[in-house]
Amino acid sequence: MAISAEIHRKLNHFALDVCFSSKSRRIGILGASGCGKSMTLKSIAGIEVPDSGNIVVEGRILFDSDSRINLKPQKRNIGYLFQNYALFPTMTVAKNIAAGLKGNRKENEQRVREMVRKFRLDGLEDQLPAQLSGGQQQRVALARIMAYEPDVILLDEPFSALDMFLKDQLQREMVQMLEDYRGTVIMVSHDRDEVYRFSDELLIMEQGKIVAAGPTKEIFRRPGNKAAARLTGCKNFSRIKRRDSHTLEALDWGILLNLKREIGEDISYVGYRAHDFRPVWGERGENMIRFDLESSAVLPFERNYYIKPEDDTAAGEVICWFVQREKLEMMEKCGQPDFLAFDEDKILLLR
Amino acid sequence: MEEIMEILKELDWSPLFISLKTGVVATVISFFLGIFAARKTVKAAPGKKAVIDGILTLPMVLPPTVAGFFLLLLFSRRRPLGEFLFEEFGFKVVQTWLGCVIAATVIAFPLMYRNARAAMEQIDVNLVYAGRTLGMSDMKIFWKIVVPTAGPGIASGTILTFARALGEYGATSMLAGNIPGKTGTISQKIAMVIQDGDYLTAGIWVIIVMMIAFAVIFLMNLISGKKMKNIGRW
Repeated sequence: MAISAEIHRKLNHFALDVCFSSKSRRIGILGASGCGKSMTLKSIAGIEVPDSGNIVVEGRILFDSDSRINLKPQKRNIGYLFQNYALFPTMTVAKNIAAGLKGNRKENEQRVREMVRKFRLDGLEDQLPAQLSGGQQQRVALARIMAYEPDVILLDEPFSALDMFLKDQLQREMVQMLEDYRGTVIMVSHDRDEVYRFSDELLIMEQGKIVAAGPTKEIFRRPGNKAAARLTGCKNFSRIKRRDSHTLEALDWGILLNLKREIGEDISYVGYRAHDFRPVWGERGENMIRFDLESSAVLPFERNYYIKPEDDTAAGEVICWFVQREKLEMMEKCGQPDFLAFDEDKILLLR
Repeated sequence: MEEIMEILKELDWSPLFISLKTGVVATVISFFLGIFAARKTVKAAPGKKAVIDGILTLPMVLPPTVAGFFLLLLFSRRRPLGEFLFEEFGFKVVQTWLGCVIAATVIAFPLMYRNARAAMEQIDVNLVYAGRTLGMSDMKIFWKIVVPTAGPGIASGTILTFARALGEYGATSMLAGNIPGKTGTISQKIAMVIQDGDYLTAGIWVIIVMMIAFAVIFLMNLISGKKMKNIGRW
């Protein structure tokens, strides 16, 4: 499976300019609401038409503005899972699943039975969608898509309308259900946990542009630029002044950071994740910051501290430091740490 | 009481059948035309939409006699269209039952169209998109998904259309006239006997009309209520 797309389209507030190609079977697109990621999916499905560009799946041209090819959504063989599932409200579960089938009556009934079994919908065939739970609805929607064997399945924020408990359960189910699907799946989401869990390859979008692309784990480890780092969940950023190839001054934090790796000329920010700070009591060592506690918040499984660098000359914003429960015991024993340490391999150098 | 029995015995029932026939035919025509027009308008671009919508709704806003005036202008045999219809197909509209149907349809059609359109605009557009990505033709999507989902709105539009067509008076009297046994509808009959001061006959017809109207609405509510019980509306 291979998919490549170049999509250009003028939108209300910005222009969508997306260009990617991938051989991966599980692709994630991460971006804030309204960054153009849904429009990208809709363009691939043929629901929206780009101003220009091209979309090719498995060597099959679905859209090409140069040669004026624009296959109808009906001809693209691409499944689209809508956020609200878009089940047909007046049709029963069985009729919903059969909606996209082209064969004769007997074949279709056979196929529906197969899908009902596979997606554990036994006994619900004659129910209407409104009578089903959220999880059942999702399974019907997937069964409806899988029934006609699309080349690509697009998942448009499939979990964003669900509460936390259900979300985890449905994510697990979704991964299971898609396990033996041979085609490509593209999932769009604003939830970094969701795409991290789901995708092998990741695109990060901001304001209609792709700001980072590559293997998912690699991007979370080294986002490369500030926008990508923020979308992968990094909370703390500082402008920097590069002293030499191994030393930088974090202007907003008022400290010097010494690194073993080389600091590129093009680096203009440093980022650090809120969970990665290491509390230190006693002696000050390298790459540490002294701080004043500004406020804190108690959560069920962690505590969030909002701190200010002690150095007043730093124009700094609040720094977030999140401590998980198991580490809190140490804090309770020793009291507030004197310093917070930055670990070299967790420091993000950003363009 | 005896007087009423006397009148009932000698009553000419033709207005009832003419009205019912007119109402049913006008409703069937309006049903399909209204849904078709609603579909076109929902799909149209905003500017175009406003213009089409204005034209289609006009008959409901104008006094029926104004609609009747235009219909006469259009269908009179002294006018090009009326002449053409008569010469080529032998259709006579003015002073015929066909005129009754056309007048009732024109007046009642906007009710069907507006209700159907409002119901269709409520539909989650993702349902249509889902149908397309599933490979369903636009025709199939419309009749299998859009119309059933818009069912309650379309049903109430149909009821109102039938009620309006059944009672049409102004345009009908101008285009079709009041020929007993041919174009004499219940509404026209009531107006006519009132002019003669025959309140008793008028009253009988009024009761008949009220019973029909109530029966129709009751029936439709029963059907649509049963069918739509399990469908969540959003």
